[in-house]
Amino acid sequence: MAKGPYSDKVMDHFMNPRNMGEISDANGVGEVGNPACGDVMKIFLKINDDQVCEDVKFKTFGCGAAIASSSMATELMIGKKVEELLALTNQAIVDALDGLPPAKIHCSVMAEEAIEEALKNYFKSKGQDPAIVDEMKAKIKKEN
Amino acid sequence: MIYLDNVAGTKPDARVVEKMLSFYTEHYGNPSAHFYPIGREAFEAMEAARGEVASFINAKAEEIVFTSCGTESNNLAVKGFLKNPKNSGKHVIISEIEHFSVDSTVTKLINDGYQITKLKVDDSGLVNPDDLKNAIRKDTALVSIQHTNPEIGTIQYTDRLGAVCREAGVAFHVDAIAAAGFSELDVKSLNCDMLSIASQNFYGPRGAAALYIREGVKVSGLMDGGHQERGYRSGSENVPAIVGMGEAARIAKAEMGIWVPELVRLQKQLWDGLGGMFDFLHFTGNKDRRRPGHVSFWIEYIEGESLLMWLSLKGFACASGSACSSNILAEDEEDLAASYVLTAVGVPSDICAGSLGMSMSKYNTQDDIDNVLKVMPETVQRLCEMSPMYNRK
Ligand code: FES
Repeated sequence: MAKGPYSDKVMDHFMNPRNMGEISDANGVGEVGNPACGDVMKIFLKINDDQVCEDVKFKTFGCGAAIASSSMATELMIGKKVEELLALTNQAIVDALDGLPPAKIHCSVMAEEAIEEALKNYFKSKGQDPAIVDEMKAKIKKEN
Repeated sequence: MIYLDNVAGTKPDARVVEKMLSFYTEHYGNPSAHFYPIGREAFEAMEAARGEVASFINAKAEEIVFTSCGTESNNLAVKGFLKNPKNSGKHVIISEIEHFSVDSTVTKLINDGYQITKLKVDDSGLVNPDDLKNAIRKDTALVSIQHTNPEIGTIQYTDRLGAVCREAGVAFHVDAIAAAGFSELDVKSLNCDMLSIASQNFYGPRGAAALYIREGVKVSGLMDGGHQERGYRSGSENVPAIVGMGEAARIAKAEMGIWVPELVRLQKQLWDGLGGMFDFLHFTGNKDRRRPGHVSFWIEYIEGESLLMWLSLKGFACASGSACSSNILAEDEEDLAASYVLTAVGVPSDICAGSLGMSMSKYNTQDDIDNVLKVMPETVQRLCEMSPMYNRK
């Protein structure tokens, strides 16, 4: 069969999304919208006392690339520390998916942003200033 | 695969392909070469095809100009008409749901000093003939309004729009590309001066289309060269495709009466089946005035591209007007945009997302429709479960 615009990895995650759903007792929830096409991605986090991501789930209203990006992002997140989650870039998600068409890169950006929002929400729920996420992100960016 | 994207082009009829073959293998002469047999044969076959196409739309053979595709026909109609020195006026009227080949052609005319009016349509996609009447000015040169919209299936009151133009003495072009083979087309009762049709949309081959130009209407060619098609279109004719188009026109004229009622029947089943399935599915276009076999809708909570991809994985070829699916080959996201047709009929642009179009042809069967109706609930359910919007209901 002729190949479509997406890699086999994207198609696999589109057809069999990992970690799709919600976490009822999540301690970090982030939702972002995509102004380019009106799509929405929501990420639910469960971070334990050691600041490790124990569980993560997603819900996405979006294209094939958006669904695959969220699914892949969750796979890359489980078992990672908060700092590692913040270091997870959209490029890492794209690479893990064996690439996305140029017009679809923004769908992976949505995943990175959703993680960021979920972590802000997590710090807030801990009584900390969510701005810490921006500071940590800026620091990571500088180091790279 | 079950093909339900026939507005994008139909499967050529086997008789059409058969008829074309010898124009590749034997009668490969250039129709402008009249003094040896294979040239003359090509010419005669082309003229016979012209006769078939003319009779298909109740025109005279001399009123048919062959082009390469529907877009070319629409470009020739609009630009060729305005370019001709006999036609004056700097105002052009179209509707806001025209095909790109009319919409972008006309929009660019602004650079040449033209003023454009894009008539609003109602929420079923219809242009009100009174609105057209009110929009016509002293300096209106041309009105171009499509017969059938490929995306939402709506069929305009073309005859009435034409009558308004006649009365005002303004030229009227009809893009009937999505109509040919599905609705009866009679250029006289449609009151039009020009009409575009494309072979690939009624079981003919790609590469041939036509523009009807009513006798006496002045149009200038857009290409300079060897003066083929009486100067309306220079360039060697695509004889095999033209022959195929002639055969497709002959078949459509003779057999539309058989396949159209069947398409209407299947369409009703699909419509009723989908309508009863989810209360968050909304049909687009006009329920009564629509292309036979065409059903279009949008679904809340889910996005069009993922729906399209799932249906494709399950063996169905459909279309979507969603922003996400709009331009997968684009270089960046700025080129993604929801369909302006859907926006025009009031589908909110942030949820145009879940739009889908299914358009049948004479090859679709009862089984095809039963199968779509079988896979739709599970497919939609799956995407709903994934959607952050669904639970909020
Ligand atoms: S989510 Fe709209 S293009 Fe990917």
